[in-house]
Amino acid sequence: MTDFVTVCAADRLIPGVGVAALVNGHQVAIFRLRDGSLHAVGNFDPFSAANVISRGLVGNLQGHLVVASPVYKQHFDLTTGICLEDASVSIPVYAVQESAGSILVAAEAVSHAA
Amino acid sequence: MSSKQRVVVIGNGMVGHKFLEQLVEDSVGFAGIEVTVLAEEPRAAYDRVYLSAYFSGKTAEDLSLVKGDFFADAGVFLHLNTRAVAIDRTAKVVKVASGENVPYDKLVLATGSFPFVPPLPGKDREHCLVYRTIEDLEAIKAGAAESKTGVVVGGGLLGLEAAKALRDLGLDTHVVEFAPRLMAVQVDDGGGRLLRRKIETLGVKVHTGKNTQEIVDGKAARHAMNFADGSSLETDLILFSAGIRPRDELARQCGLVMGERGGIVINDQCLTSDPDIYAIGECALWGGKIFGLVAPGYQMAQVAADHIAGKIDNAFQGADMSTKLKLMGVDVASIGDAHGATPGALSYTYVDEVAETYKKLVVSADKKLLLGAVLVGEAEAYGTLLQLMLNKMELPANPESFILPASEGGAPALGADALPDTAQICSCNSVSKGDICAAIEAGACEIGDLKSATKAGTSCGGCTALVGQILKCELAKKGVEVKKDLCEHFAYSRQELFHMIKVEKITTFDELLAKHGKGDGCDICKPTTASILASTWNDHILKPELAGLQDTNDYYLGNLQKDGTYSVVPRMAGGEVTPDGLIAVGTVAKKYGLYTKITGGQRVDLFGARVEQLPSIWEELVAAGFETGHAYGKSLRTVKSCVGSTWCRYGVGDSVGLAVRLENRYKGLRSPHKIKFGVSGCTRECAEAQGKDIGVIATERGWNLYVCGNGGMRPRHAELFASDLDEETLVKYIDRVLMFYVRTADRLQRTSVWRENLEGGLDYLKQVVIDDSLGLAAELEADMQHVADTYQCEWKTAIETPEVRARFASFVNSDAKDENIVFVEERGQIRPATASEKRADLIDTVTV
Ligand code: SRM
Ligand SMILES: Cc1cc2nc3c(=O)[nH]c(=O)nc-3n(C[C@H](O)[C@H](O)[C@H](O)COP(=O)(O)OP(=O)(O)OC[C@H]3O[C@@H](n4cnc5c(N)ncnc54)[C@H](O)[C@@H]3O)c2cc1C
Ligand code: SF4
Ligand code: FES
Repeated sequence: MTDFVTVCAADRLIPGVGVAALVNGHQVAIFRLRDGSLHAVGNFDPFSAANVISRGLVGNLQGHLVVASPVYKQHFDLTTGICLEDASVSIPVYAVQESAGSILVAAEAVSHAA
Repeated sequence: MSSKQRVVVIGNGMVGHKFLEQLVEDSVGFAGIEVTVLAEEPRAAYDRVYLSAYFSGKTAEDLSLVKGDFFADAGVFLHLNTRAVAIDRTAKVVKVASGENVPYDKLVLATGSFPFVPPLPGKDREHCLVYRTIEDLEAIKAGAAESKTGVVVGGGLLGLEAAKALRDLGLDTHVVEFAPRLMAVQVDDGGGRLLRRKIETLGVKVHTGKNTQEIVDGKAARHAMNFADGSSLETDLILFSAGIRPRDELARQCGLVMGERGGIVINDQCLTSDPDIYAIGECALWGGKIFGLVAPGYQMAQVAADHIAGKIDNAFQGADMSTKLKLMGVDVASIGDAHGATPGALSYTYVDEVAETYKKLVVSADKKLLLGAVLVGEAEAYGTLLQLMLNKMELPANPESFILPASEGGAPALGADALPDTAQICSCNSVSKGDICAAIEAGACEIGDLKSATKAGTSCGGCTALVGQILKCELAKKGVEVKKDLCEHFAYSRQELFHMIKVEKITTFDELLAKHGKGDGCDICKPTTASILASTWNDHILKPELAGLQDTNDYYLGNLQKDGTYSVVPRMAGGEVTPDGLIAVGTVAKKYGLYTKITGGQRVDLFGARVEQLPSIWEELVAAGFETGHAYGKSLRTVKSCVGSTWCRYGVGDSVGLAVRLENRYKGLRSPHKIKFGVSGCTRECAEAQGKDIGVIATERGWNLYVCGNGGMRPRHAELFASDLDEETLVKYIDRVLMFYVRTADRLQRTSVWRENLEGGLDYLKQVVIDDSLGLAAELEADMQHVADTYQCEWKTAIETPEVRARFASFVNSDAKDENIVFVEERGQIRPATASEKRADLIDTVTV
């Protein structure tokens, strides 16, 4: 069973604009895309070592839904966390859902089978 | 002992150097040759044709014609500062000034010419100068700094170019010409009159029919020039530009056959009367003529190099002396028989006194062939007419249409397509249309590639437009489409998107995407759209429907730093700040513990603010009267100023006042990339305006406007755009230049790169902005006025809009701080801790 943590009211999310939340001691970046879908990934940018992913621009590239790091502009796949420019680097991905007007994020990252 | 053939070249000027390049290029022929170059100047060959650019900031290196390590790579021995003083044709040695003898098998004289100075009493006085070498230009610069007025003796091509240089150096400039008109060789009376008028409106005084007799002490100025008609003219500096004379003294000394009035006689192989001695360039006399242009010299260089390397069938066959020039902003062109000297020749003349243009065609008696032309004020038809004449192409039934304005049904463009393959397009480098087409066929799809593949357009540049036309035409024929898509979501260029947004009144990214794009967008097209929307409609960039398009810098209205904090830069227009303002900035910095630094843009930057601190910091700054400095935006950054006439003993204009007004007019303008201005109070240029996108320098008569300069990664000197403007005209021109840039540049293209890619170059920009050739001027001004009228301080609006202000939080669900942001102290201020400092925790970290 995944534990979910309520982070904020659903109307705090503007489509295309990320927010950061503290979830169970981790920093998580949460986005709502234009189609209404929700995504949550780690807020830590492995390239710049700063907590800034929530401030990146989102969109799609070569068939992936992505967020671009605002520092050095690498793109991360929002569903797998893998960096498009360097597949050996990835950021954690969290389950996220909307329920009763609130946004809920999983307390632990999705573990990817290698 | 070397068994190689020893070639000695005297002179490393433009033609001498071209000769070396041609010789080396033919590697087979070159293999058995050893080359020694004796050069009198202290530096290797440079571009004399562009010599004047030395005054607008080009350095000797910029002008150098030596590509890479040419001499070392080719194994050519270059001896600088080495003047040849005698030739012993029997012993086959050249004697140099230091006394050494240099043996040769073949000798090439490429000694060029020297400026003729009329033998007047007083010609050797101080600051009586000539215009031929970099050293001459240095002397002129130094002389101008101690002078108020300058006179150019000679109103020919070079004289007018020199006059422009003097004027740009800030001198009150006169041209004194012996003949009754300017440019007597190239233009006729009518053209000369118009040229004079145009040049006088530019502030240069012209005195024709003046025969200078002596130069004596002046009363108000350094010299007085006394003329044969009894009049006189006072001046501080004199520049002789009364023609050139071949440097043939060596040839004379060793007994080669000379022309009656000088010049070393050569045959079609460029050989002198001695079969082992060649002469090329401006020292050579062929068919009774000296060719004072570089293109014929280059042809001679090719012929001589071929001949030495054993290819003996190439011959020099004379050269066309047509010229097109931009003199002080006035187009002047002269083609072929400009004076109608051919028996039976007929002419057409069109004079427009309003537009100040003069055009004349000279045609054969049967009106079938073009023999010559004169164009003054507007020379667009030059390329077409030159090709018609050179290729002896049959004229249309109404040849006058070439010089009539388009509205009169004129100007049949001679499509590049119509030219035969043999047509010579680039005369400097002997490149035919066939050569260009072959290079395109081989894959050169851009003008730059084409230039490096064929060398066309790399010397005087006069053929660039035609080369561009041929390229376009050939690519169209091949069905090649040039890809300029912004990104995978929009198959359009930024310029096209700009147009759609404006014309279709699109105000959101979603609307643009729905109408013209696909997918969800990305970090390329979103900020680009945001920028276009801001330039066009100028809404607050943090409105909910725009917020998601902004780069983090724009979103947080601050520059993101390496640790995730932001910087705070209040605007200090023109770099001016009151003591109270400084105290307020200091107080805020101290209160929030920010690192404080003076920027390169004449203002103060406060670093290390966390997102949740930004609104309160700005609240305090706004309360103290500050506005956002847009340090984060692709927008106007700073208008750097010098202290100017208010305080400075040299200032001639109030540079700070103007800088403040300009900064306040253009602040907030979003553009393809950042824009910087500079305003200096006099030519000493303490504000470095010529390194800015827009540079303004005060003159005694107003303001000189420079455009498209750049510091940064690839510095580019700004170019003089217009002179002596009043403030109203200045602002009008800046409005137009900037809006035109905003509309047509690519994403993240600074004005410098935009300008370099602008087809038609600076002239085209001037036509659009000054002559309003596209009929856009009023619209560009109105668009800029809209941006100015709708300005708002982005920070003020942000802190006063609760919904926007609430977004400045580190976490949506907590007031905690980001623990990863750690500072240590250095030189009394904070700085981000390094990774090892954070881990080791050995150093005291600072919490604020
Ligand atoms: C703060 C400052 C350095 C300083 O401490 O003096 C600075 C800082 C930055 N510069 Fe700069 N530049 C600063 C003056 C300059 C200057 C000097 C000037 O303006 O007179 C130049 C050269 C002049 C020019 O632009 O032509 C300059 C040329 C650049 C460039 C290269 C631009 C180019 O065309 O080659 C970049 C990179 C870019 O913009 O793509 C850059 C980019 C940056 C960025 C934005 C890099 C980044 O993305 O983080 C830096 C962050 C600014 C911040 O955090 O506030 N900065 N930068 C100066 C701020 C001036 C101001 O008051 O706004
Ligand atoms: C300001 C200016 C603008 C011009 N604009 C144009 C233009 O727009 N279009 C155009 O076609 N042409 C133009 N010209 C003319 C063009 O520059 C010349 O045609 C060209 O430079 C001739 O090349 P050259 O090698 O024959 O002579 P130069 O370039 O003068 O080279 C001769 C070299 O030989 C050296 N030398 C002479 N005697 C000796 C010696 N005894 N020992 C050693 N070295 C010696 C000289 O010092 C010099 O360096 C312009 C010239 C000037 C000055
Ligand atoms: S540019 Fe001229 S006016 Fe301005 S400070 Fe320098 S010397 Fe003075
Ligand atoms: S004609 Fe001079 S560069 Fe082509």
